[in-house]
Amino acid sequence: MLLNVNNLSVSFGGVHALNLDHFSLRDKELRVIIGPNGAGKSTFLDIICGKTKADKGEITFNGKSILGKSEVQIAETGIGRKFQKPSVFPGLTVYDNLLLAAKMKKDIFTSLFFKSTPALEEKIHHVAVKLSLTNVMYKPAGDLSHGQKQWLEIAIVVLQDPTLMLIDEPAAGMSDEETEKTGALLLELSKSHSIIVIEHDMKFVEQIANELVTVLVRGKRLMEGTFAEVKNDQRVIDCYLGRTNAQLETL
Amino acid sequence: MKTKNNILLYILFIAFFAILLPAGYLTGLLSVNTISVWGRYFCFAIAALGIDLIWGYTGILSMCQAFFFCLGSYGIAMHLLLKKTVAAGAALPDFMAWNKIETLPFFWQPFHSFGWSVILCLLIPAAFAFIIGLVLFRSRIKGVYMAIITQALTLAMWLIFLRNETNLGGTNGLTDFNSILGYSLSASSVKLALYLVSLAVLCTAYYCCYRITHSKFGKVLQAIRDSESRVSYTAYKVVDYKLAVFVVAALLAAVGGMLYLPQTGIITPGRMDVKASVEMVMWVALGGRGNLKGAVIGALLVNFLYSICTSLFPDSWLFILGFLFVITVLYFDKGFMGLGDTIRQKFSATRLKTSQTH
Repeated sequence: MLLNVNNLSVSFGGVHALNLDHFSLRDKELRVIIGPNGAGKSTFLDIICGKTKADKGEITFNGKSILGKSEVQIAETGIGRKFQKPSVFPGLTVYDNLLLAAKMKKDIFTSLFFKSTPALEEKIHHVAVKLSLTNVMYKPAGDLSHGQKQWLEIAIVVLQDPTLMLIDEPAAGMSDEETEKTGALLLELSKSHSIIVIEHDMKFVEQIANELVTVLVRGKRLMEGTFAEVKNDQRVIDCYLGRTNAQLETL
Repeated sequence: MKTKNNILLYILFIAFFAILLPAGYLTGLLSVNTISVWGRYFCFAIAALGIDLIWGYTGILSMCQAFFFCLGSYGIAMHLLLKKTVAAGAALPDFMAWNKIETLPFFWQPFHSFGWSVILCLLIPAAFAFIIGLVLFRSRIKGVYMAIITQALTLAMWLIFLRNETNLGGTNGLTDFNSILGYSLSASSVKLALYLVSLAVLCTAYYCCYRITHSKFGKVLQAIRDSESRVSYTAYKVVDYKLAVFVVAALLAAVGGMLYLPQTGIITPGRMDVKASVEMVMWVALGGRGNLKGAVIGALLVNFLYSICTSLFPDSWLFILGFLFVITVLYFDKGFMGLGDTIRQKFSATRLKTSQTH
């Protein structure tokens, strides 16, 4: 298993945001996490990438514990994150955004005396083509549309070339056509990367969920299964429709 | 087009300050004092470049640049004073004798040698910046808190320098020097030389800053300003970058201070009081932050205005500066250098609006 999570819990001011008994991810697996608002999906990714500190539990990535490590250390071990709200560098051009993301040594002196190589240019261009960013390469990232910013952030994560990509709501604010393109891209990426995707758009989930879907509710894992299983599960339907029933109460 | 404009601007700048002004002096049109005054402005401009790096590019509002500036000035002042004292055959500088000090304090000793003075003038601010930066950046202090803490630090240092017990001349500061490296400071030719050295250092500093901001390092700095968390998740050690730029900014301020001292002939703690440290930030704000040319032009222009205004209406300078600052913040957030862009944008926006209404 690439990623193993056990008994992970975190609470904010006494409210249990996450209380996850177990979660594991195979190498090169694409996993979709769904769940109603406040289920702890983003919090889960925040903990993996080091943004939020967990109260207790363990997370091992490639056999090494990553809990308590800094964001930079976690990024260096090969975990890349795309946030729900696009987080790019608005003042820099799209090209510079991509250049900064590209995998290379990132200490001060390397940056100070950095010279671009044709191989790197090729790599950046390749990713830009894939995410339709070629005609906005020299525009400031702040001037892009919301959908383009989403793609730019995905491009940033792709260029980091992480082993594990954490993708938070990639299709939010996109047109149907853009959403489908994003889905196809994620499927293609999943051939060479492990990916965890959080998403609300069920059509989009259906498109990308070839493997397992995990359902989180109120910080706990409700169930895990294929998209068809999840879609037809009474508990999932209930919690999405906001109806409380006995099963949920005893969860 | 843009690079052409830039080159034209550089040529104009160099032609004006390196040829026209010295020529004006040599032909007797300008007094040597005018030359010296501009030489001092260049020192401020060097410090302003540092402020632009740390604030304009990296988004860290540091209010202790005035303190670093003074560290540079004080170092050179101590050297000049010791030279004078030794030449006069006295054991201690005058002010120490008045304070009934019997032996030269230990930290004055290295300043007997010019080489050591220069090294310490750079080393001490750099070390200070490194330690302050390490503590502040590691505890992730940002934004307005950073400004408050650095301002408080400057204030604390100001109070320390004011004390007679610090043995740095207290309120009166250090003054009354006569020569540097054997050349008389009152000679016009030495003043002109110092002016030219300051100009050369300013140009070199500008070139270095230009290279820094146009390297990938500079892009990381701007990225930190835009979205610090994204920089961390992209595996850059933000603390390292912030520390590096903070130290560079401190060094630039110190270099400015070192060149400033022989041209003014006095350094007092007043150079690093709250007003002075705010003023230094204002040079960059008015000139245009995130723009190296803006920092230089802001420092030169504001100080030029200062000398005009204080001679015409001595009491109202701070009101004028405050007014300029408010106008800049409200209407021209890119400062003087961005004036053209801002106006063009406003103009095209109104034109767009009118064309839409028709």
